[in-house]
Amino acid sequence: MNTPLRRVSLAVMVLILLLLGQATWIQVVKADEYRADPRNARVLLDEYSRQRGQISAGGEVLAQSVQSPDPGDRLRYQRQYTDGPLYAPVTGYYSQIYGAGGMERAMDPVLNGTDDRLFVRRISDAVTGRDPAGGNVVLSIDPRVQRAAYEAMTSRGYQGSVVAIRPQTGEILAMVSTPSYDPNPLASHSGTTQQNAWNQLTEDDPPTLTNRATSETYPPGSTFKIVTTAAALEAGAITPEAPVTAAPRITLPDSTTTLENYDGKPCGPGASVPFATAFAKSCNGPFAQLGAQIGADRLRAMAVSLGFENPGLTVPMPVQASRLGDMADGASTAQSSIGQRDVRLTPLQNAQITATVANGGVPMTPTTVAQIQGQDLSTVESTEPDRLARAFSQSTADTLTQLMIGSENNGSGQGRIPGVQIASKTGTAEWGANPKTNPPHTWYDAFGPVPNPQIAVSVIVERGGNRGEEATGGSVASPIGRAVIAAALGSGS
Amino acid sequence: MTRPTAPGAQNGAPGIDRPADRTALRPAVAAAVSTRRGVELALLALAAVITTGALVLVEANQEQELTWALLYLGAAYMALLALAHLAVRKFAPYADPLVLPLAALLNGIGLVMIHRVDLARIARAVSLGNEEPAQEALRQVGWTAIGLVFFVGVLWLVPDHRTLARYGYTAGFAGLILLALPAVLPASLSEVNGARIWIRLGPASIQPGEFAKILFVVFFASFLVVKRDLFTSAGKHFLGMTFPRPRDLGPLLVAWGVAMAVLVFESDLGTSLMFFGIVLVMLYVATERISWVLIGLTIFGAGAFAAWTFVSRVQIRVSVWLDPFADYNGRGFQVSQGLFGLATGGMGGTGLGAGRPELVPFASTDFIFTSLGEEIGLVGIAALLLIYCLLATRAMRSALAVRDTFGKLLAAGLGFAIAWQVFVVVGGVINLIPNTGITAPFVSYGGSSLVANYALVALVLRVSNAARQPSTEKRPGTPVPGQGQAPLAPLAEASTEMVSRDQVRTPPHGGVRQEAGAPPDPAPRGRTRGE
Repeated sequence: MNTPLRRVSLAVMVLILLLLGQATWIQVVKADEYRADPRNARVLLDEYSRQRGQISAGGEVLAQSVQSPDPGDRLRYQRQYTDGPLYAPVTGYYSQIYGAGGMERAMDPVLNGTDDRLFVRRISDAVTGRDPAGGNVVLSIDPRVQRAAYEAMTSRGYQGSVVAIRPQTGEILAMVSTPSYDPNPLASHSGTTQQNAWNQLTEDDPPTLTNRATSETYPPGSTFKIVTTAAALEAGAITPEAPVTAAPRITLPDSTTTLENYDGKPCGPGASVPFATAFAKSCNGPFAQLGAQIGADRLRAMAVSLGFENPGLTVPMPVQASRLGDMADGASTAQSSIGQRDVRLTPLQNAQITATVANGGVPMTPTTVAQIQGQDLSTVESTEPDRLARAFSQSTADTLTQLMIGSENNGSGQGRIPGVQIASKTGTAEWGANPKTNPPHTWYDAFGPVPNPQIAVSVIVERGGNRGEEATGGSVASPIGRAVIAAALGSGS
Repeated sequence: MTRPTAPGAQNGAPGIDRPADRTALRPAVAAAVSTRRGVELALLALAAVITTGALVLVEANQEQELTWALLYLGAAYMALLALAHLAVRKFAPYADPLVLPLAALLNGIGLVMIHRVDLARIARAVSLGNEEPAQEALRQVGWTAIGLVFFVGVLWLVPDHRTLARYGYTAGFAGLILLALPAVLPASLSEVNGARIWIRLGPASIQPGEFAKILFVVFFASFLVVKRDLFTSAGKHFLGMTFPRPRDLGPLLVAWGVAMAVLVFESDLGTSLMFFGIVLVMLYVATERISWVLIGLTIFGAGAFAAWTFVSRVQIRVSVWLDPFADYNGRGFQVSQGLFGLATGGMGGTGLGAGRPELVPFASTDFIFTSLGEEIGLVGIAALLLIYCLLATRAMRSALAVRDTFGKLLAAGLGFAIAWQVFVVVGGVINLIPNTGITAPFVSYGGSSLVANYALVALVLRVSNAARQPSTEKRPGTPVPGQGQAPLAPLAEASTEMVSRDQVRTPPHGGVRQEAGAPPDPAPRGRTRGE
């Protein structure tokens, strides 16, 4: 009976070896993956023992870690947000229980000090005996523009988003999402406070935690006509003077469905109007026909070169990809050409389109980070403007600018800035299951001043703001866009 | 057995003629066979030093005040162990010197980790403004004391492990009652976190399954001693193995039935797996037939599959095992958190007191291994697993060395029980097998487990004492000159004989039995027991 005893001893060793093997698998092979999992709160807790870097913009500190006022607190540093709701879409939150969001998450390695770019400074901290601390992030956000955009939206009780970009560099000057939230309770060291805040925020309707500028996609409506026109101009399919249909409704190609102008009125007194007039009045028929004429492929190529269908974009927060839909037949291509059907884009994408026109056809990589600093505020790295491949020619850009000036001057002009020429396009997008009865989303894409644009902005006001079904981009969204441009120019930058 | 004698017998100079007066031999034997109790004491001191050192690290990392009280705690722990050591000296002087220190070290590390989780729970309660929870570590120290009382009690009350063979059926019956009790009791008294394996009596809860484990090993050892000839003699050759006759499958089927009943009525995969695994291994050791294991695994597999099909709790455990992160916020939370903890610890661990083991639910009981894995890393876990391995194989070694069949089966069963329980619980928390919810022997917080395992270790020591004790009184045959040590070989194979001292000088059986590993003796081996 000793043979089986020996075998059982061997089996015992095999069992222990199996355990050791699995422990090695978890603690060595899978260790990095599990350690970095956002649901693993340990790393976060660890970070509270070091001073996390600050997030600042235009000399204002937006987020910083200060010594916890409670001496018995096991977490040494308390994260604080100045003007929380104003900057929350950019800064994000930093929660012990719920992880981090926004910039706090995207720039986490810098803020917690583990980024390779801070390596030399870490060494010097260790040598000089200074407490290890994270690096700082300086944003490209212009506090005056951000505040103007936020206040313009919230003072009217609007729900939506504003994104402003400096056309020549791609720097994001404002990124607003309303209604917003205060990240301070989420950073509380009291678990109950965090839980209550989180439970409330996740149930908010309309949602507050979502950064609409980057994480929400909307039908662009007529603002997409900029893309359609750019593609048509590049293809030589249209000129501003070319006559186009003035009919109040057209029949879509390959189908019996009709498409009518927004108000159901004709575009002009005669059978045709110049294309520039159709652009200024945003008549749907000519653009649907134009889109169908140049075809889905050209339309898609233009949209992609402007940033559509890019799931990997980060600013450095990840940005939801903007999509065109499949545009399988002529009818859907025609509907897509006026920004309906399956076209969905983020407010950031719309601002990027506008900025590209303002920058003469060259899109710049958008970003919110201007600088990375060490613990001592010395510059470690500055973001250099990054040119992307030209989307359309300078002459197309010039023509689009003139068309958009025509559009701007055709509108009601609420909040017009004396002495500043703005080029713009409005949009009124139907959405949802009952597009005719839902209050539409209203858009305003604009840049100015022409001829030397300092800022390109895209505004979306969801559900028509307070105008209900009567809302249009011109009446609801444009005053906000103009206020943002005014703030940017007033700032002297 | 390649070497036909037990170490004790070798040292006992077996070739010489024995003097008629046994008392006259005693001093000579004592001089020849070292009891190695000094080694045990030194190792116990080492265990106490390691435990105290670990405690100091925890306190330092938790920024608690370092006081001399820590040293007193270490000294008190050492004193408790010293008392156990004295009991071993008195009641089992030839016992294996490694077993008690290994158990004590595991116990000590467990206490430190339970204390460390206490600190975290208290800090959390304070930050949430709740009442401070009771310190589990203090209770566990109490349970350690009670466990050591059991330990000494078993050594004292069981002077010879073979006496236990008489109570085989009693033990089996008691074990069955203990195992079945939680299923019969109302859920309010027996259910904790979905598994009905408890008996809750006011503040004290006991897990009767821990004690049932030992009782079943005793029962099966005595049962198999009597019946093993039956199991080994008859059967059919098939696929190169000898399969038992269907009618001999009865005991296995009963064990299977019990395991399945536990699974279904108590929703406890762990106890079920524990119980059946031990039975299978003991059957295999007794019969030397791998076919028993295959049959057992087959029917257990079938039963487990059926349970997986019909019992939702088992389904949940399996689906969490397959992908712990699929239902992260729900059922997979505990295992996922455990894996996060282990991964964060990585190779070297965060350091004792420097991790966040409290993020895992049940950090001091079922999931204490993830707490340890986080703070002492893969290196520390590997060390602990090797300690378990050593503990189990020391029991196996005693089984090899002891000369009676009952002792062999008892020690093998107990040794395997330790290793198997470790495999089931640690495998569960590190997601090698579905998580089951039983405790890690000696390390986890939990009174029943600790007390039962100290009793278990006492039995192992009792068997190892018999194995190493100079066997002058029990040697059945006078060595025949010229045959060397051959007559000793049958002893290793002999079943339990309760022989009175008057009978000692008469061999209870004649002839030389074949060694293990050789083809089984075709003749029936039924033998009379001199009870």
